[in-house]
Amino acid sequence: MADVKKVATRDSYGSALKELGAVTENLVVLDADLAGATKTNIFQKAFPERHFDCGIAEANMIDVAAGLSTMGLVPFAATFAMFAAGRAYEQVRNTIGYPHLNVKIGATHGGISVGEDGASHQCCEDFALMRTIPGMTVMCPADDVEARQMVKAAYEMEGPVYMRFGRAATPVFHGEDFRFEIGRGEVLREGADVAVIATGIMVPEAIEAGKLLAEAGIDARIINMATIKPLDEELVLKAARECGKIVTVEEHSVIGGLGEAVCSLVSERCPVPVKRIGVNDEFGHSGPAAALLEQFGLCADNIVKQTKALLGK
Amino acid sequence: MTPEEKRALQLTAVSVREGILTSTHGAKAGHPGGSLSAADVFTYLYFKEMRIDPKAPRWEDRDRFVLSKGHTAPGLYAALALRGYFPVEELPRLRHIDSFLQGHPNMNTVPGVDMSTGSLGQGLSAAAGMAKGAKYLGKDLNVYALLGDGELAEGQIWEAAMFAAHYKLDNLCIIADINGLQIDGRTCDVMNTEPVDAKFAAFGCDVVKADGHDFDRLEAAFAKFHANHGSGKPTCILMKTTKGKGVSYMEDNAGWHGKAPNDEEYAKGMAELAEARKALEV
Repeated sequence: MADVKKVATRDSYGSALKELGAVTENLVVLDADLAGATKTNIFQKAFPERHFDCGIAEANMIDVAAGLSTMGLVPFAATFAMFAAGRAYEQVRNTIGYPHLNVKIGATHGGISVGEDGASHQCCEDFALMRTIPGMTVMCPADDVEARQMVKAAYEMEGPVYMRFGRAATPVFHGEDFRFEIGRGEVLREGADVAVIATGIMVPEAIEAGKLLAEAGIDARIINMATIKPLDEELVLKAARECGKIVTVEEHSVIGGLGEAVCSLVSERCPVPVKRIGVNDEFGHSGPAAALLEQFGLCADNIVKQTKALLGK
Repeated sequence: MTPEEKRALQLTAVSVREGILTSTHGAKAGHPGGSLSAADVFTYLYFKEMRIDPKAPRWEDRDRFVLSKGHTAPGLYAALALRGYFPVEELPRLRHIDSFLQGHPNMNTVPGVDMSTGSLGQGLSAAAGMAKGAKYLGKDLNVYALLGDGELAEGQIWEAAMFAAHYKLDNLCIIADINGLQIDGRTCDVMNTEPVDAKFAAFGCDVVKADGHDFDRLEAAFAKFHANHGSGKPTCILMKTTKGKGVSYMEDNAGWHGKAPNDEEYAKGMAELAEARKALEV
């Protein structure tokens, strides 16, 4: 994929906010001293009076966003996933989730591809934390095109949303004719031997794995599951029925994320073997993003290996 | 205010206190102590200070109130019911399994509640967000947040105070109910938050002190808040109160932080409040 265009979805987030800002009046953006990293500074440069920096105080920022939303504004609150979902979990749970307020959380720097900063900043628990909050929509885009459309879809829907964006530049594989819909998975490759369901920056790896598996005579269905909650149950159950085996791939702990959401669904409604690929109940560490992803098995080669093992091949 | 107006507020405050006893007695749970210490300020806010319309609880240009010390919902609910947001007959159903009167304020079930609260330390941030939103939208409205003194140990309170001063939220009125008690005992013993006045001043607020049970003093304190409009400074009213005020056996007793009166205690408390009403009506 060397010649493929690469964009970090945090850049997509900043650009989409700016585009939305131009056509809306009630959208405001909050950040916690990370505007240069979360890329809300793209919005800030265009609309300085609508960008509220809250300083290094994420808990306050989340509840300020809640207050703003009750005034009819649509706040997008940005910080790293570790602080949005981790530090401010209870603020999100009690003051956004419980009253079901119209706040959008744009969390960047999710997963171990944060890289050199190491484990303190590599949040692999955010899907799990956010999924447990009733009424919360949880999403993670696979590339730039999907990320930009996701931000707009989040603005248009009523209710709390958590979106995870990445730090590292990753391949753009969607065409501009792609249409994102909240709660709908996307079949990127048809196949009947096994279904590989991936989210976020693992999707390009799953696509690559699909090609490698085909070369080995395995016909894998590749699915992009950008909405982790509410899960596209119909698409997952169809894959379970038609393929009989499922591999999930996420840059997140195998505890509580996409993998467990899929397992919960199929174990109740259509039991099939599931192999979860993710971070295996351990912390990350410092290193270049690409090397870390490979080391933790979050790459096409490991998807191929694990899929073959699941199929007994 | 005129003596008649003051007496009317005092009589209403007696009714708010009766509502607190009636609701916690009906619930067999809840937090009467801190509700009673704030009964007079609830009365002042909802019957004198705030621009509100009980017939239009979601009126966009209304003043907002956030009960950051959300466990004192019985006091807020009593004031809201008496002000006409919902029937006072609902109060004894507080915390019942099929009641809209949740143990802590729920903005989606209780008419007149502007923010769901209960987890301490968060309400002031939400109020600051409302005040910031009002400024951004060019709305001339005020936002009031009531805090407990035990709650001041929450670090987020100070994040919010910093935010309020930084964004010059002179439309925000922080009210701290300084009753000196929290669940585990006296605030000075559990976690000393003093000097509260110097702390809020250092964080950029204009600090005003008032006797929280004296309507003339409360009026003067809120007048200072209005005078601060245009100053760019949030106002912080430090309101000295007595926990359990108005019910003799609850006064200044941490044991009544989160305990409901039994039938006998309820009857005694209601009798004392009836006496207080009689004294005012003379």
